[in-house]
Amino acid sequence: MGANLFTNYGEAVAMILFGIGFGNLLLQPNLIKKIIGLNIMDTAIYLFLAEKGYIAGRIAPIVTDGVQDMEAYINPIPSGLVLTGIVVSVSVSALMLSLTIRLYRRYHTLDLDEISKRLKKEDL
Amino acid sequence: MEFVRNFPCISIMLCLFAGIISSGLRGRAAMWLNTALLVINTVLNAFTLVYTLASGTSYVYVMGKFPAPWGNEIRAGVLEALLALFFCIIMLLSLLGGRHKLAEEVEESKIYLYYVLTDLLLSSLLALVYTNDMFTAYVFVEINTISACGLIMIRQNGRTIEAAVRYMIMSLLGSGMLLLGLCMLYDLTGHLLMSNMKESVALIVAEGQYTLPLIVSIVLMSVGLCIKSALFPFHAWLPDAYGYSTVSSAAILSSLVSKGYIFLLIKIIYRVIGFDIYHDTRIIDVLFLFGLMGMIFGSTSAIKETDIRRMIAFSSVAQIGYIYMGFGMGTQAGMTASIFHILSHAATKSLLFIAAIGLTDVSGGSRKFIELTGSGYRNKWAGVAFTVGSLSMVGVPLFSGFISKLLFSQAAVLNHTKMLPALIVLGISTILNAIYFMKTVIRIYTPVGDTAYPSMTFRDMPVYAAVLAAFIVLNIILGISSQPVVDMIQQGLAMFS
Repeated sequence: MGANLFTNYGEAVAMILFGIGFGNLLLQPNLIKKIIGLNIMDTAIYLFLAEKGYIAGRIAPIVTDGVQDMEAYINPIPSGLVLTGIVVSVSVSALMLSLTIRLYRRYHTLDLDEISKRLKKEDL
Repeated sequence: MEFVRNFPCISIMLCLFAGIISSGLRGRAAMWLNTALLVINTVLNAFTLVYTLASGTSYVYVMGKFPAPWGNEIRAGVLEALLALFFCIIMLLSLLGGRHKLAEEVEESKIYLYYVLTDLLLSSLLALVYTNDMFTAYVFVEINTISACGLIMIRQNGRTIEAAVRYMIMSLLGSGMLLLGLCMLYDLTGHLLMSNMKESVALIVAEGQYTLPLIVSIVLMSVGLCIKSALFPFHAWLPDAYGYSTVSSAAILSSLVSKGYIFLLIKIIYRVIGFDIYHDTRIIDVLFLFGLMGMIFGSTSAIKETDIRRMIAFSSVAQIGYIYMGFGMGTQAGMTASIFHILSHAATKSLLFIAAIGLTDVSGGSRKFIELTGSGYRNKWAGVAFTVGSLSMVGVPLFSGFISKLLFSQAAVLNHTKMLPALIVLGISTILNAIYFMKTVIRIYTPVGDTAYPSMTFRDMPVYAAVLAAFIVLNIILGISSQPVVDMIQQGLAMFS
């Protein structure tokens, strides 16, 4: 167990980062910190995919020197998944930031709990 | 008839293109394009359903030129076609029923955006239903989340923006977990297509390898989708999101969006992991427990509510609990009951939301129970429709809710270990449902003497009344001739494995 953890330190770091990001997104009252947590969480997953997709000593599957042996190349799909994931996470972050701007303009605070309290007082 | 095989792909593509075109149109044009799109999609999916029923098998539609282990695929069977057809019909009716309200609550210049979002939402729902590729499913889950968030916040006030933020946070936590579980499963199996994944998972389990990572990945995916579909402890965002958004959004969100995620979970259970392996992980016991708790807590919260829209929203929490309880039974019968409840809840909950708006309209726009007294007389159509919806939710024979409760109890009787808790909680939950729904029905039919509020007749709202009538008919059809639908569900589930 311990030895495996040491060999796969990249994946272990990714999981720790995922936990940090998840906790921040869930527990931070401040909206900007929540969005930072979201980005840490998503990036951790990309790190995990990149770690899993890389095999030491192999190169990207672009044939230049005529080598067609499967053993020479890595699987390109994880890298493709990372790219797709980045696109998704960028758009989600943008949406969250724009919502945050809306809320800030209306209530002049970034604290979600404080906003909820004021909403209760307003009672629409 | 071979051409019908293209229809699932065409219907997804049509939605995407309609969304793009709508972004350059004005409000009314976008509205008509959206209505036409929904009608066309209903027809296309009905053809797919007939085709799969006639051929008796499911088929795989290859997207692009790459064959199985590499390319992307769509898979259509009876169950997929049935759900897609149902989603299109419910969405069409919900949008028609809330149209007059949309014009009041959303700025004129932003109406077209609403239809862009619904087009995208429909495309993502159909893609979730039909796709055979896990990563495509993830991408469409995110599209679904973003467009649902837009549907909540399009009505601009502090409440809806806060609800949208809370919805986004919970949804993002869920999709983060789904993505992580998905990546782990990809590392274990080396495939992204559901059918190939299932073969690899069966091999891994047979050899006894990677037991822990497999369980972790199953748990991550299941919990992620539970969070997104608002299973009991994760429902905090739901009442505000459903209670304050515009009425069509509330109807669509409660009856379709959460169901899309649940259906994805069903696909993961049957087509990615395999029912028996999923059953052996014991996570279904956790789903069962949370389902039972949701049934009780959702109903007790609904009883305490004094706002009709929020009451209906809390009732959704209870109904989602029913669906997960069916999963938790761990039998085919339980799963059939859950899928039937997906349909019956979708038909009933959107009816309730649309009917509630008619009642509040004749009560000075107030949603408090005290103002709603006697509103059933002022708007007869909405009163009758709300009563039908309530009776169906409580589970009175003739209506669809009765059949789902019947199926759930039958499934419970077949499962010896879970029979007692399931039946007891079903009983308690039915009583609680009856308390808050009948309380409301009595309230809206309590006569008041003189009232300052105007009455509405058929002539004031022909489209709205027609939509309510269609919903009532749909409910009664599901309630009276349920056997063909149940047969279709069983046939579809058989095709899954």
